[in-house]
Amino acid sequence: MSVARLHTHLDRLEAESIRILRETVAECRKPVLLYSIGKDSSVLLHLLLKAFYPAKPPLPMLHVNTTWKFREMIEFRDRIARETGVDLIEYINQEGVGKTDPVHDASRHTHVMKTLALREALAKYQFDAAIGGARRDEDPARAKERVFSLRGAGQRWEPRKQRPEPWGLFNTRLDDDETLRVFPLSDWTELDVWLYIRREGIEVVPLYFAKERPTFVRNGALLVRDDERVPLESGEKLVPKTVRFRTLGCWPLTAAVESEAADLDAIIAEMLDTRQSERAGRIIDLDPSDSMERKKREGYF
Amino acid sequence: MKATSDKNATAAVATPALAARLAALENRDTLRFAMCGSVDDGKSTLLGRLLAEAGMIPDDRLAQMIRDSRKHGTCGGAPDYALLLDGLEAEREQGITIDVAWRYFGTDKRAFIVADCPGHAQYTRNMASGASNAELGVVLVDARAGVQTQTRRHTAILAMFGVGRVLFAVNKLDLIDYNHARYHAIEQECVKLAHDLGIASADAIPVSAINADNLVARSPNTPWYTGKPLLEYLESVQVERKQDAAFCMPVQWVNRPDHSFRGYTGTIAGGRVAPGNEVVVLPSGRISRIARVVGGSSDLDVAEAGQAVTLTLADQIDVARGDVIADPVLPPDVAAQFACHLLWLDDTALLPGRRYLMKLATHVVGAQVTEIKHRIDPDTQAHLAATRLAGNEIGYCNLSLDTDIAYRPYKEDRRLGGFILLDRESNATVACGTLEFGLRRDSNVHWQQLDVDRAARAKIKGQSPRCLWFTGLSGSGKSTIANLVERRLLADGFHTILLDGDNVRHGLNRDLGFTDADRVENIRRVAEVARLMMDAGLVVLVSFISPFRAERRMARDLIGEGGFMEVFVDAPLAVCEDRDVKGLYAKARAGQIANFTGIGSPYEPPESPEIHVRSDREPAVDSAARIVKLLTL
Repeated sequence: MSVARLHTHLDRLEAESIRILRETVAECRKPVLLYSIGKDSSVLLHLLLKAFYPAKPPLPMLHVNTTWKFREMIEFRDRIARETGVDLIEYINQEGVGKTDPVHDASRHTHVMKTLALREALAKYQFDAAIGGARRDEDPARAKERVFSLRGAGQRWEPRKQRPEPWGLFNTRLDDDETLRVFPLSDWTELDVWLYIRREGIEVVPLYFAKERPTFVRNGALLVRDDERVPLESGEKLVPKTVRFRTLGCWPLTAAVESEAADLDAIIAEMLDTRQSERAGRIIDLDPSDSMERKKREGYF
Repeated sequence: MKATSDKNATAAVATPALAARLAALENRDTLRFAMCGSVDDGKSTLLGRLLAEAGMIPDDRLAQMIRDSRKHGTCGGAPDYALLLDGLEAEREQGITIDVAWRYFGTDKRAFIVADCPGHAQYTRNMASGASNAELGVVLVDARAGVQTQTRRHTAILAMFGVGRVLFAVNKLDLIDYNHARYHAIEQECVKLAHDLGIASADAIPVSAINADNLVARSPNTPWYTGKPLLEYLESVQVERKQDAAFCMPVQWVNRPDHSFRGYTGTIAGGRVAPGNEVVVLPSGRISRIARVVGGSSDLDVAEAGQAVTLTLADQIDVARGDVIADPVLPPDVAAQFACHLLWLDDTALLPGRRYLMKLATHVVGAQVTEIKHRIDPDTQAHLAATRLAGNEIGYCNLSLDTDIAYRPYKEDRRLGGFILLDRESNATVACGTLEFGLRRDSNVHWQQLDVDRAARAKIKGQSPRCLWFTGLSGSGKSTIANLVERRLLADGFHTILLDGDNVRHGLNRDLGFTDADRVENIRRVAEVARLMMDAGLVVLVSFISPFRAERRMARDLIGEGGFMEVFVDAPLAVCEDRDVKGLYAKARAGQIANFTGIGSPYEPPESPEIHVRSDREPAVDSAARIVKLLTL
């Protein structure tokens, strides 16, 4: 038995996220947790388990697999699903397999294997609410998005039709062709996420920690070669370097950073001193500057 | 799931100094504040500059801002710090902020959650989301202009939302040459405004966002200013947090994985709770005792306001989402009628009598505004007469709910006194409001229990009471068909009554016109009369244009799903206009009748009527026969 009090910023963030998760389950017909294997998803899953303890969470997880994730991510995913007992649904857009690849056409790959795949998966299982780990501090467009974000036909986001959320009172009423995206970590920053992982002892994919890995440089980005599908071009060669990742995605689209930070405290210390934002490591977000809003309008998470 | 920290650690432990700093960061507290003020006062610029000066904007984002400043900045190509905040394409192009932008930053002392609110008058409503949870309001004032209309409006909304402390940041000091006397006059004006609005504490700071004066360090340009610079003020300002209230928790979700566990999840709205405490469940009034207080992964000895917990009770009593578990000594009140303030958010105006849904805490319940007492002038706070509320307007209203709810006045408890209204047709969030106090009208006007009921009256007539609601354009054939149906029913020995729109408007409703508000009242009265006649055991035929879905829904709700049948008499406008039996379309086209359905006012066709009649394709007698056949009396 213990006494828990609500004095700190992390306590307040945790309590609000749990409230949002419960509200989704209470009001939505068939919610799902979008699990992307990254640190935000790890926090989200941890909060989900807390929200419904001692029961098992009454909703499944969905992983939209682009087939280009790091192998360590998939191993981690399967083990965590086993250990927590939360049902895991994997969805792969079979029509895109072998027809798109992130090396030659990154934006088409992302559109087919992520945006379209997510739309199809939500439609196939008739989910009316998809819970994701996006935070408002990631991007200027996200800073404007509601916690319960209405998506119209084709999962589109209409920035001008957002529903006000005074006092965190969420309106979950939907027409037939509408769905909701729910963002319980809206108010969290990257620093909050790491401090919470540290406080709660939440396990994350080892790729976040610095280690010697086989790297090569392409278009200025430092990549870690995870499989043989991408042949090295002339002038490129694999160099072992101590690197880590600040964000995880398809491996040819996710740049590593050189770092010695091999444990949580070192990662947080590095972040406190860093002068680069988190998504700078995501090649797909770089151009044009408002690409996130455009992608969201098309139904990207 | 709970992994040990070593699972993540792959190398040596950090230094003690780092560990101490991280512990301090873990334990810092939060300040939620709303930034507001008029459109050109420079809110986004100030916030962007503050973050940049404090070293909180990553280099790549600063570089992108400088690139974007050349493309669409408003500073002639010089760095436009507002671009760090204005995220939507439309906003960048127009150089305005239309929606609340949430910003997050922190120092070692405090984490800040900032709602950057839009300044344009037509987006005032977007400020609601930002102001509702704010502990501090930061209101920007242009030093050249002093207190303006939007300054008053925004401060008034902060007051309405119960924000107890306001900081006026008097900006663009450089443009008044850092004139102390001018600043002092504005400061006096601001503090008076806050006090007049009932805000407990008000402060002011002279700043210039462009020159970074008094943002993170005191500026040599204002030697006469001896207070704290903005960042230090935010780090140290004390805000009121009510922790000593009596325990109450709205039930959010019933956690019942199997027969062995039944827990009530929720976020504690006030006070503390521990196992063994006696509690009351509202509105039922049943008493029980707390068995367990379950936290995220273990049982707790005690939990307090703001925590998300799961409670189990010692007794098996009926508790559902929307109920409130509370301290029986000081429980929230229970009522179904209220005086409240409403901030209207939607483009479609509020019409008294129209039925909405209200969401308060975890409860969703049918609601209608029965009366607008007055509208509040945003500039003078004067009380103005009003029959409707348009977007951005604030009114003082009476609200009537379908059932009792547990509540507290908003000024005592935001969680149990703040609510939103939802439109049943468009699903939009149309208003937010604050409960002021409960009206006891309910307890004075009792329902008289009658011994003879509807079923008994219907039985001696040998029929089931029904309401056939004919809706359609003028000239679509509603009255013709309703008339034929009634004749057939009468011939078969049924007891009927026909309420015709034109006829009712000559008598019962002769005081009503054709404004939207009067159309709502027209339908409400007819629905009430229809219900009384069904109580008398009759089959009621109502023939009204009834153009709005929301009002037909209201009639359906009042009458009850079982006895209500919507008959859509459908003919194209051109056909109705061609028939023009009463010559009304001609007059409407000539501009002699305002708000005529189909010409100056819309007709919203039913989405799923029980019976759909195409009067341009089927003779009226055939339609009538079909309707009688479908009626099972």
